[in-house]
Amino acid sequence: MFPPLPNPTVKPTPAQFGEQDLIRRSASNVAPPARQLTPVAKLIDTSKCIGCKACQAACLEWNDLREKVGFNSGVLDNPLDLTPASLTVMRFSEWINPETQNLEWLIRKDGCMHCADPGCLKACPAPGAIVQYSNGIVDFDHDRCIGCGYCIKGCPFNIPRISQVDHKAYKCTLCSDRVAVGQGPACAKACPTQAIVFGTKEEMKQHAEGRIKDLKSRGFKNAGLYDPPGVGGTHVMYVLHHADKPEIYANLARDPRISPIVELWKGVTKYAGLAAMGGFAAFGFLHYLISGPNKVSEEDEKKAEQLTGSDVS
Amino acid sequence: MTAYDVERGDAIHPGKPVTVDRYTGGARINHWITATSLVLLALSGLALFHPSLFFLTGLFGGGQWTRTIHPWIGVVLFFSFTGLFIRFWRANLWKAEDGTWLARLKDVLTGHEERLPEVGKYNAGQKAVFWGMSLLILILIASGFVIWDQYFAAYSTIDQKRIAVLIHAIAAVTIICVWIVHVYAAIWVRGTISAMTRGRVTGGWAWRHHRKWLRELVGGKERRS
Repeated sequence: MFPPLPNPTVKPTPAQFGEQDLIRRSASNVAPPARQLTPVAKLIDTSKCIGCKACQAACLEWNDLREKVGFNSGVLDNPLDLTPASLTVMRFSEWINPETQNLEWLIRKDGCMHCADPGCLKACPAPGAIVQYSNGIVDFDHDRCIGCGYCIKGCPFNIPRISQVDHKAYKCTLCSDRVAVGQGPACAKACPTQAIVFGTKEEMKQHAEGRIKDLKSRGFKNAGLYDPPGVGGTHVMYVLHHADKPEIYANLARDPRISPIVELWKGVTKYAGLAAMGGFAAFGFLHYLISGPNKVSEEDEKKAEQLTGSDVS
Repeated sequence: MTAYDVERGDAIHPGKPVTVDRYTGGARINHWITATSLVLLALSGLALFHPSLFFLTGLFGGGQWTRTIHPWIGVVLFFSFTGLFIRFWRANLWKAEDGTWLARLKDVLTGHEERLPEVGKYNAGQKAVFWGMSLLILILIASGFVIWDQYFAAYSTIDQKRIAVLIHAIAAVTIICVWIVHVYAAIWVRGTISAMTRGRVTGGWAWRHHRKWLRELVGGKERRS
């Protein structure tokens, strides 16, 4: 068992990281930070999850969010999808294992994966609206968000949601405010089975190793860690009993990466576009300098007068 | 001869110099609504296109306002341009001399007008701008709706939105280049701008640049008289 998160002190604590620890800032550059924070991670063990949704409740409570009363759509997923208020949802999948013919109930807590190479940040046009700290947390700064929805196009996991109330994008913050004062995310704190644990990324990988060994000893020979390299690894990782088939967990991406279309859009298009527009303008400017204006001559006017009969009238 | 290059309102006023009515009041108002929309769209779009141009959002009241207003201006442009299209499409149909004119683009740029064929109300360059704008505006409005998340987010998949946003960006860059050509040509070829401001050009301008159109106008006048 991973040691539970200690209860917080009641004394006010200064934030342990902030602006000075940014390694990426959307649509702008940051100076490399003077120090490197220890990378943190949340580990979600799908094999220990009982689907109680305590994490969902804790998330709403800590972030002071209210999900509107929904409807029962006949499945346990509630709400059915992530929303601007529900930054995490449990996704329930019923899967018949073809080897054992057992019905397996796979429950995956969905939410932002805090990619090391965040597609949302790459796509964002608003300077500073999305930031990445050197501990791996990817956070949205709502004061700077313009609500364009580019982060949705950039994200390989379909996570950000735009609020129809304030037109800003919302997603899991990995409780950056709690982590900054030495606490863990609210969901991890609330999880009754330690299916969600939080610590440094190294600790989480080690803990996962023990869990995977245990699962393998129980017959889950494909148990493994989900830390997809296509996005540089993530700071929210899963222990999956069937790591060879991530898609059975409510379509978890097998090999997530920033879409090549987004790379094209935010890469060569941006620079080639500016160059093309600049090139056309420069051509016009040079052409004018060299050849001067194209003026109508006296003779042209005379010809027109002859043609229209004005010269005789 | 068929004078299908002559548009409604085109007329010659003999005198010294000769003046020629080229655009009606309606066409000019229509043009300037389109022009204003296009410039505002370019500014607000460029603000979100490259981080170094994000400051342009200040012109629209900040990022949120820029994001809100851009698609609405696009709708205005679409309807306004549709008006221009209906007015101008006939005179912009491609003719035999347009190929010759385009093949001698070097003579156009070096000012050897005498080596160019006589052209009607629009030359091949103007026609290329017209059809380029028409096609690009169609592409922009269609791709724009796909990425207008505030109202239409539910009607397309994220993959479709990614393709749409890329197409929208490329089409926007292209239309800005076409716009630069259009504006530069109007500045470079003296006597052109008055066509869209006062609606008139001089006879000499028409003789020099659109002789076939001028001849058609004179011919029509003779037939009428």
